[in-house]
Amino acid sequence: MDLLDILLSASFWAAAIRIASPLIFATLGELICERAGVLNLGIEGIMVAGAFAGWIAVWGGLPLWGGVAVAMLTGMMLGLVHSTLSVPFGLSQHVVGIGLTLLATSLTFYTYRVVLPEVSSPPKITAFQPYEVPFLSELPLIGPAIFAQTPLTYAGFILAGLTAVILYRTPLGLAVRAAGENPSAVAAQGLSVTAIRMGAVTVGSGFMAVGGAFLTLSAFDSFFFDMVNGRGWICIALVVFGAWKPGKAVLGAVLFAAFDALQIRLQQTGIGAVVPYQVFLMLPYFLSILALVLMSRRAEIPAALMVPFNKGER
Amino acid sequence: MRLEPIEAPSTARRVIPPALAIAATFLVASLLALVAGGNPFAVFGLILKGAFGSKFSILETFNSATPLIFTGLAIAVAFRAKLWNIGAEAQLYAGAVLTVVLGTGALGLPAYLMLPLCALAAMLAGALLLLGPALLKTRLGVDEVVTTLLFNFIFLLFVSYLLEGPLKDPMGMGWPKSARLTPEARLPRLVEGLRLHWGFALALISALVVWVINTRTTLGYEMRAVGQNAEAAGFAGIPVTRVILKTALLSGGLAGLAGFSEVSGLKGALTLDLSPGFGYTGIVVAMLALLHPLGVVLAALFVAAIFVGADSMSRAIGVPSYLADIMLASALLFMVLAILLTKFRLRRD
Amino acid sequence: MSNSEKAQVVLRLQGITKRFGPVTANADVSFDLHRGEVIALLGENGAGKTTLMNILFGQYTADEGAIELFGQPLPPGAPRAALDAGVGMVHQHFTLADNLTVWENIVLGVDHLTAPTLKARQVKSRIRDLAERFHLKVDPNARVGRLTVGERQRVEILKALYRDAKILILDEPTAVLTPQEAEALFTTLREAISSGLSVIFISHKLHEVMAISHRVLVLRHGQLVAERATKDTNREEMAALMVGAEVSAPSIEARAAGAPLLSLRAVSTPDQGAAPGLKALNFELCAGQITGLAGVSGNGQAALSDLLSGLITPSAGEMALHGSSPARWSPRAAIANGIARIPEDRHKTGTIADFDLTENAILETYATRFSQRGWMDWGKARAFAESLIKGYDVRCPGPDIRIRLLSGGNMQKLILGRVLEENPDIILANQPVRGLDIGAVNYVHGELAKARARGAAVLLISEDLDEIMRLSDVIHVISEGRLSPAFARGTMRPEELGSWMAGHGFDSHGMDTGAPDAA
Repeated sequence: MDLLDILLSASFWAAAIRIASPLIFATLGELICERAGVLNLGIEGIMVAGAFAGWIAVWGGLPLWGGVAVAMLTGMMLGLVHSTLSVPFGLSQHVVGIGLTLLATSLTFYTYRVVLPEVSSPPKITAFQPYEVPFLSELPLIGPAIFAQTPLTYAGFILAGLTAVILYRTPLGLAVRAAGENPSAVAAQGLSVTAIRMGAVTVGSGFMAVGGAFLTLSAFDSFFFDMVNGRGWICIALVVFGAWKPGKAVLGAVLFAAFDALQIRLQQTGIGAVVPYQVFLMLPYFLSILALVLMSRRAEIPAALMVPFNKGER
Repeated sequence: MRLEPIEAPSTARRVIPPALAIAATFLVASLLALVAGGNPFAVFGLILKGAFGSKFSILETFNSATPLIFTGLAIAVAFRAKLWNIGAEAQLYAGAVLTVVLGTGALGLPAYLMLPLCALAAMLAGALLLLGPALLKTRLGVDEVVTTLLFNFIFLLFVSYLLEGPLKDPMGMGWPKSARLTPEARLPRLVEGLRLHWGFALALISALVVWVINTRTTLGYEMRAVGQNAEAAGFAGIPVTRVILKTALLSGGLAGLAGFSEVSGLKGALTLDLSPGFGYTGIVVAMLALLHPLGVVLAALFVAAIFVGADSMSRAIGVPSYLADIMLASALLFMVLAILLTKFRLRRD
Repeated sequence: MSNSEKAQVVLRLQGITKRFGPVTANADVSFDLHRGEVIALLGENGAGKTTLMNILFGQYTADEGAIELFGQPLPPGAPRAALDAGVGMVHQHFTLADNLTVWENIVLGVDHLTAPTLKARQVKSRIRDLAERFHLKVDPNARVGRLTVGERQRVEILKALYRDAKILILDEPTAVLTPQEAEALFTTLREAISSGLSVIFISHKLHEVMAISHRVLVLRHGQLVAERATKDTNREEMAALMVGAEVSAPSIEARAAGAPLLSLRAVSTPDQGAAPGLKALNFELCAGQITGLAGVSGNGQAALSDLLSGLITPSAGEMALHGSSPARWSPRAAIANGIARIPEDRHKTGTIADFDLTENAILETYATRFSQRGWMDWGKARAFAESLIKGYDVRCPGPDIRIRLLSGGNMQKLILGRVLEENPDIILANQPVRGLDIGAVNYVHGELAKARARGAAVLLISEDLDEIMRLSDVIHVISEGRLSPAFARGTMRPEELGSWMAGHGFDSHGMDTGAPDAA
């Protein structure tokens, strides 16, 4: 198969959109946190917890959307832990985030072992099935690529639009953007920086968890220990790549996913026979580092990112 | 609510919050043990017994603490200079790879040359692996947290490639495993007949060396100044970039030693499960030790005891051993909060 | 306003007391503010002005006392209550978000956070109306990060007016303005006062207080120690009331300049974001002289200060120290060449907050004087810190406490001692007395005068024109990275310097020589 054939096939782009979906949720979540001034390194653990919580809820009998809601709530609870420590107490966002990732991951694995003590392979659920949007899915190329995805993918794109509208067109979004740039501007207008930041981290963490749940409820139909596999860290790079803007971040996620889909397909070509498969698996991580390097020293970084706010301090 | 610094914290102020943090950790673990159907007292009793109950288990705890002392030191050194090295896992493997490359028969050196050579090479490998992210940080302002994290994934894939390709053991029956080190490249037992190896002594010496560097040398002063306030340090003429790079070399080197010690002292060969996350656990160790090098030794022993004990507890009564990971992660979070509360008080205005 | 007795009381403070642990920040403060009245609130740093305003805005809750706004009691500890009742405040450090536009900054927090839209069009048209009415020219669509300091202040005032503020509190509003911009601000204020606005004016610039206020209240150690009608008092009395004693500043006697110790020839540096770099500067610092650098902040002072500190190198032109240009330029080279550097921000740049006094004392010299082959000599370092504490009157429990716990004045004395002990022949003093109380101000100025007397060349960078004019032998004005000619002591009136500060006169002069000439 030739590179051009791959790039022009609908199945390739359908795969890219599918791979991008969990990244879109989690990247939007991280973006909301960072826009309010909080770097959330708990993302990796929150995604693991969300993947498990959504899956176990559905396995236990809830409908699929119920699983998504459970994942969202799980993420929000973890986000509340993060923001309580990092916002009013102003603890190092690096340490809190890494600690939360360790905590969420180990809690998840522990719960898994408690709930399913004796299984050798995890049970399967009936995951979200693709829904072909009437008329649109019949368009050439983009029809099968974009409009024959699962409902959770559509939800991801809708969420991106919603996030952009709220961030740029509502008083709430204005307050979030200001809190990440100059919290004293927010405090001077009688708003609570603490509440805005904690709210943003809590909601953003909920989105991250839904990103994790996409893996168990839509991309696959089961839960594995190493399923998130660094996707959270990649999302942090995607936020930087997207210059903290929802539209660009989604675009970045799709581009990134396209590369990922490409490396999977290239493994099956003549190149794959020569180059060790590990090199292909490394590509996404290298790509993330490359994105960080290319986008370094950008002016768009929220000025108060990682700067705790202590009111009344001069 | 507002945080207000306390000028002269009382003894109670310095002792009570950390004590409460430890209590809270055990409370969380107890609740989780109950959820899993284990009596908390039995669980903690078995953990204690598993870690210290016999000569064998004590030595096992010491052996498990050894790599944690190295990675804990690596992270303590870096974090003091606010270099967020989350890549000790990869640096450990880099050290292990170099040990295996040199120690599997390529060189016909006697042990007294072979061992120092392997150790130095392992340090160099770990150091160089952190130098990349450190340079990206100092040159381009790229956040090292994400780059070091991503390097962990990349390097593990690289090790996987090596173990299936160039470093593959021809006798390995298809397992991704390196050839065994020659006897000259193996760290001897500390006491004949007991499983404890010289890596543990090397870890203690490293802690002592780091402590001396921190307190007695200009580098120690510079690293702390850069970590506390890089702007003021730069203004005063401290070469901030050079200090960060030196810190990276020291930190990466210590993590590389962990890889050398594990391969040469304990395992004898490199596999993909050489480290069950020593690089990440080192973060907990360093934070629990408040970044103090001698505290790292104690914290590593504590953490190792919980891991070793939890394993044996889990085998005995079936409460998952992930309880140990939860205890450590929550101890980390409770402890950073407690440390804050020893220095600040909450005020309602 | 002589008829203030009859005018409506808009704000009444009654017996406000606030304690922080053992410190009483406000003790039984009571006063009334009337409609259309301007009260000047005077006091040194730490006199309790900021605490009082924080109580009014609900950031702190008073331990005792009550506040009434327009006859209604103000609920304590509710940040929105005062805002919603019509009190606006322009903070000394602007509270604007740089990534937002002017209109976004103004509308921030006005509508409830659950409101569905921002109604951009209506907001902008209302801002344009207000801007026109009060002569506050600014583009609502501009990004705040791109505005000048003067424009930013206009946005701050518009923010208050947009919320229909009936009481406006201005905290040191002219600190960052040229005299001309300050005059424009007063025009706006007079306009607003005539339509019923009441103003609390916090300042230590006494001539402005005389010009704009009706009544003066003086705070000292948290207490209201005096209240005067402005027409019944004068600057000397006000200064004495603030400090509680007669003020004596060191006097500088005229004397001939020595040889140039540092000279810049057509030196340029790159712009740093919004802050301009230096533009082909010619400049000399001579032995036994204090050279004052006046200017509105953000006009290249930072670039010149960074250059002399060794933090940046010229992109063009030549810098000569003692007649020859240094081969390498870095903070260490600057120190080695005898430059003493007193940085603008002593908390962020001058000291490391969690280092103790010993560790801070040796920050610049640990490598040369307090270590050997990489090993620290802590005994010697501690002895040095003790000698600084004694020699420079640093009031503290000892060299082992964290410098964070020292007052600004004592922190500055330690920095002063640290650099003066090296017997520097060039001293760079960037805003050396900002935020200090008068005792510490006089101490710092006295040390600079002593250094001048023993033949050091001093560069004094300040936004306070009074300070510059009182201490300097020659004065330069900096504006957008360009330097005015050197004006000899006593040859320029403040208004003339203000005109240079506003950027006038540079084009007609073109390249200046750097030599003193009485313009």
